[in-house]
Amino acid sequence: MSVNVQRLHLSQPKTRTLAIYAALILLSVPFVFPFWWMVTSSFKSYSEIFAYPPTLLPHTWHFENYQHVFDLQPFVRQYWNSFYIATMVTLGTLCFSSLAGYAFARINFPGSSLLFLMLLSAIMMPSEVTIIPLFHYIQELGLTNSHIPLIILPMFAGPGITAVFMTRQYFLGLPTELEDAAFLDGLTRWGIYWRIALPLARPILVAVGILTFLASWNLFLEPLVLLSDQAKFTLPLALRGYTDPYGQPLWGEQLAATTLSVIPILAIYVFAQRQVVESFAFSGTKG
Amino acid sequence: MVGSRVLSGKVSNKLTLSWRDALMGYAFVAPQILGFLLLVLGPLVAVIIFSTQDRNLLSGAVTNVGLENYRFMLNDDPFFTKVLGNTVAFSAGLVPFNLALALVLALLLTQPVPGIVIFRTLFFAPVITSTVAWAVVWRFLFQGEAGINSFLALIGIDGPNWLREPHWAMVAVIFAQVIKNVGLNTLIFMAALQNIPKDYSDAASVDGANLLQRVRHITIPLLSPTIMLVLMLTLIGSLKVFDLIMLMTNGGPANATNVLVYYIYFRAFQVFQTGYASALALILFGAALVITIAQWVVRRRLVYNER
Repeated sequence: MSVNVQRLHLSQPKTRTLAIYAALILLSVPFVFPFWWMVTSSFKSYSEIFAYPPTLLPHTWHFENYQHVFDLQPFVRQYWNSFYIATMVTLGTLCFSSLAGYAFARINFPGSSLLFLMLLSAIMMPSEVTIIPLFHYIQELGLTNSHIPLIILPMFAGPGITAVFMTRQYFLGLPTELEDAAFLDGLTRWGIYWRIALPLARPILVAVGILTFLASWNLFLEPLVLLSDQAKFTLPLALRGYTDPYGQPLWGEQLAATTLSVIPILAIYVFAQRQVVESFAFSGTKG
Repeated sequence: MVGSRVLSGKVSNKLTLSWRDALMGYAFVAPQILGFLLLVLGPLVAVIIFSTQDRNLLSGAVTNVGLENYRFMLNDDPFFTKVLGNTVAFSAGLVPFNLALALVLALLLTQPVPGIVIFRTLFFAPVITSTVAWAVVWRFLFQGEAGINSFLALIGIDGPNWLREPHWAMVAVIFAQVIKNVGLNTLIFMAALQNIPKDYSDAASVDGANLLQRVRHITIPLLSPTIMLVLMLTLIGSLKVFDLIMLMTNGGPANATNVLVYYIYFRAFQVFQTGYASALALILFGAALVITIAQWVVRRRLVYNER
């Protein structure tokens, strides 16, 4: 989605512009303040976290919380788990969804619309509906506490199906002339897909990649029920783990770990903002 | 498509080649379809079967009990009505709040003022943040003696202990969830707003309609198909809330925020009654199905508004 700021030449009256800024600034407080409070509190001492009056910046910057994050849990390992699982899910989804999306858009085969409709009907189904039998079968296979289900499941359940839908829509929107010409030149179906169609589909592949990576990175319920070994945890599970022996949160450590998990994603978002927002627009408006 | 058009000259080759092409088609969709059958359709059938059994996750004991789980749910489960009520309350609070805020934000963020892109970035940031991280921070903000309350105290307001008082806890989780996700709906509304020709609004403006009248009588009616879509997506999304509840309240206090998915989780993975939990999961499935069908029906009636 490209949002163009045309009509600047109409030059709004000053009071109106000011009113818009005032409304935006006021409304942005609950969106921005949590990030601010998360980061600044993670550098505060325990007493300052609960100090009254509250401090917008730490009096003295404490880095112990960050030290403890790595002492209390294998945080680097957990970080890596989240990263490599999300990467594998993304690669797999890109591969399988673009194949299926291309076939549904371009290849004539009996039953294709029926198969597509079958996939599509599953988009509305909340993934929570099937978590119990999935857990049961994963347990029977001895794959609890393994990352394999967390990599395979998203590729073929909800997120993967959404990806098929997105890629199919995109291929349908591409002109067929180039592929026809390639066919005449003797390229096989695989060659047409791999060398002609796929390179043209780069924008949608980027969108699918971003959405898939984020969905896996943020996944909670599945790892929660499947993983019990701390060293196998992904980041969302790790964040819950910073508690004292009574189960009360260790606020400083928890906020420091949360900051560490959120900031890289936010940084990427700020730099690749257009691409990230476009990905969501692809899935939202064209879905 | 390619095959049939290009090959129409050579009848003898056509058959074998388009057959080969069709086989390629099956090969291309095979992984996704197999995955679907094994990981979506299979488990869906299984959850229906599980729901007619008494199952214990720990002992592995299974007995067929027919519709006993459903009978228990409707007649004897002391929590079910409460959970259903909470789920409805959560959705009823979240959906209007979310849609209204999204619409206001979309109208503001499509204004041609300098620096608007910065605001767009800010309002969308929670969408890409993980719900768990978001919930950790909001639980911190909603404590009795810190966070929001310490700022409220500065202006003389004695804030409630948000997450420990039943009604405020529900308000708090709804608020946190709306702020987390409203950016997505805002984005959809912004895209739709930019497809509305400016002329309508300009004409009304010339006729003396003020901003509110223009929004009420021009923008909202023209957005109605989008509003419908967003409404349904948000409604289904609100039924699935789990992460935030788990992290912020654990369904408490006194089950005040115990919603359907949290309850499914509780029954299945905390007290290990996976048979009964499967019956509950089917209630969730039924709700999503009804909403989806309702959306189809309404959209078919709206169709010639759309085109």
